[in-house]
Amino acid sequence: MSVTSTAARASRRRVLPGFGLTMGYSVLYLSLVVLLPLSALLFNSTGLSWDKFWSVATDARVLASYRVSLGTAAAAALVDSFLGLLLAWVLVRYEFPGKRLFDALIDLPFALPTAVAGVSLTALYSQNGWIGSLLEPLGFKVAFTPLGITLALMFIGIPFVVRTVQPVLEDLDRDMEEAAATLGAGRWRAFRTVVLPELFPPLLTGFALAFARGIGEYGSVVFISGNMPMRTEIAPLLIMSKLEQYDYAGATAVALLLLLLSFLMLLVINSLQRWVHKSAR
Amino acid sequence: MAGTVPMHAPGPKTAASSPATNESPVVKWVLIAAAGLVLLWLIALPLIVVLTEALKRGWEVYWAALSDPDAASALRLTLLVAAITVPLNTVFGVIAAWAVTKFRFRGKGFLVTLIDLPFAVSPVIGGLIFVLVFGSHGWFGPWLSENDIKIVFALPGIVLATLFITFPFVARELIPLMEDQGTQEEEAAITLGARGWQIFFRVTLPNIKWGLLYGIILCNARAMGEFGAVSVVSGHIRGKTNTLPLHVEILYNEYQFSASFAVASLLLLLALATMLIKSWLLRKNAH
Repeated sequence: MSVTSTAARASRRRVLPGFGLTMGYSVLYLSLVVLLPLSALLFNSTGLSWDKFWSVATDARVLASYRVSLGTAAAAALVDSFLGLLLAWVLVRYEFPGKRLFDALIDLPFALPTAVAGVSLTALYSQNGWIGSLLEPLGFKVAFTPLGITLALMFIGIPFVVRTVQPVLEDLDRDMEEAAATLGAGRWRAFRTVVLPELFPPLLTGFALAFARGIGEYGSVVFISGNMPMRTEIAPLLIMSKLEQYDYAGATAVALLLLLLSFLMLLVINSLQRWVHKSAR
Repeated sequence: MAGTVPMHAPGPKTAASSPATNESPVVKWVLIAAAGLVLLWLIALPLIVVLTEALKRGWEVYWAALSDPDAASALRLTLLVAAITVPLNTVFGVIAAWAVTKFRFRGKGFLVTLIDLPFAVSPVIGGLIFVLVFGSHGWFGPWLSENDIKIVFALPGIVLATLFITFPFVARELIPLMEDQGTQEEEAAITLGARGWQIFFRVTLPNIKWGLLYGIILCNARAMGEFGAVSVVSGHIRGKTNTLPLHVEILYNEYQFSASFAVASLLLLLALATMLIKSWLLRKNAH
C-alpha cells in the first residue's frame, strides 16, 4: 500500500459523518443481543463448579455424544467436499439445459428450515421410505444410525462447499491449463497438477464451514438420529435433554465445550478465508 | 450458518478458450449426469418427499391440517416473530456495515468476527443462553417472577432467540459489498455539500439496495424457519408458543405424518420463494 493511499485512509474518519453514532449503536446492540447472553454460559448462575464441569465433561455419555457429533460432521464434510467439487465444476465449466434450476437448487439447504429437512430425510430413509426400502434388503439401515446423521449433515453442508469453490473456479485463469496442455499434459493430469492446487484453499474452507455447521446442527438431525444415548445422540441434543431434566449445570457444561469448539472452528475458518483471498489475488 | 458465503453473481461465462482445455464430450456429459444424480438424490428428493407426503392422504387432509386452529396460531406467531426480528436486525446490519466499511479503526477484524459469532454457535446454545439469563434459575429469574414478567416460554424469549440466530445475516451481506464500493462516491457527495442522511439515502442506499434485499430475505427465511434455538425457549405450548417449525415437530411426534408434512410444505414454500427472489436478485445484480 502506498503512502498516499494510507494517508487518504487515515483521513477517512474525518471525511464521512456518523462514526461515533454508528459505532456506538453497533457495539451496544451486539452486546445486548449476542455478547451479554453468551457470557451467561461463562458467568452462570447454575452453580457450575470446576469439579462439576469436569465430571460432566468426562462423563461417558457426554464423550460419546461428542464422538458422534464430530465423527458424523467430519464424514459429512469430507463427502461434501468431493460432491461439492463435482457440482461446482459442472456449474462453472459446462453449459447444459436446466443449468439455472441446477444452480438454484443448490441453495435449498440454506433456505429450507432444518425441521422440514429433518422430517423429510427421515421419511426418505426410514424402512418404508423411497430410499430406505431399497437399502433395507441389502442390509443397510440408514435411519436411526450414525449413517443417517451423516446423510442429514451432508444435505445441510453441501451448499457451503459449492458456494466457496464456485467463485474461485470462475476466476481461475485458464492460461495455466492451456500451458499444461501445450506441454503435453492430458486433461486429468492438468486438472490434478494445475487446477486442484488452486482449488485446495476454497475446498478446505468449504470443508471447515460444513464441518462447523455440522457440529452444532440440531433440527435436521433429531428426527433421523433416533437419539439413542451412546450411539446416535449428538451433543446439541444432549444439551436439550439435560435442560428438559432441569439439569442446568450439566447443560451449561456440555454447551461450554461445544462453544469452545465452535470458536476454534471460527478462528480456523477466518484464517482459511484470508488464505483464499490471498491466493485469489 | 447460511449466509457466511456472500452473494455472488455468476461471472462472465467462461468461454472455451481452446479445445486443449476442454474435456472430451463423453467426459463432460458423464460429469454432468453424475452431478445431476447427486443433486437429485441429495437435494431434490427431500423436496419432493415433503410434497408427496403432504398430499398422500388427499387434499382434504392437507387442508384440514392447515386450517387447524393450532396451525393457524403457529403461522401467526411465526409471522409476528419475523415481523419483529427482521426489521431490528436489518437496521443493525446497515448501521454496522456503515461503521465497519466507511471508517478505519483498530480492531475492525475483531468486530466483524464478533458479528459472525451467532453463525458459529449451535442453535441449541442460542436458546440455552436466554434460559440461563431469563429462566427461573437464571440471572434475572427471581426478579422477573416477582414482577410477573414472562420471557422464557413466552413470546419475548422466542423473539430474543430468533434475534440472536439471525443477527449476522444483513450485516454479513452488506459488509463485503460496501467494502468493495469504497467511500469515493460518499466523499464526492460531501464535497458537493450533502449531509449525512442525504449521503446515505441518495448515494449509499441505491448502491446497496439489492444486496440489502438479499440479506433481508435470508434473514427472514431463517427467522421463520429457526427450530433449535426456538425449541429451547418456547416451552411448546400448543396454540400459544408454537411456531410453524415446532408445529411440524409436534405433529410428527404424534405420528400425524400427513398433517406434519402439510405444515412443512408451507415452510418449503417459504424456502422456494426465498430461492426464487435470490436468483432474480442475482440476475438483477449481474446487469
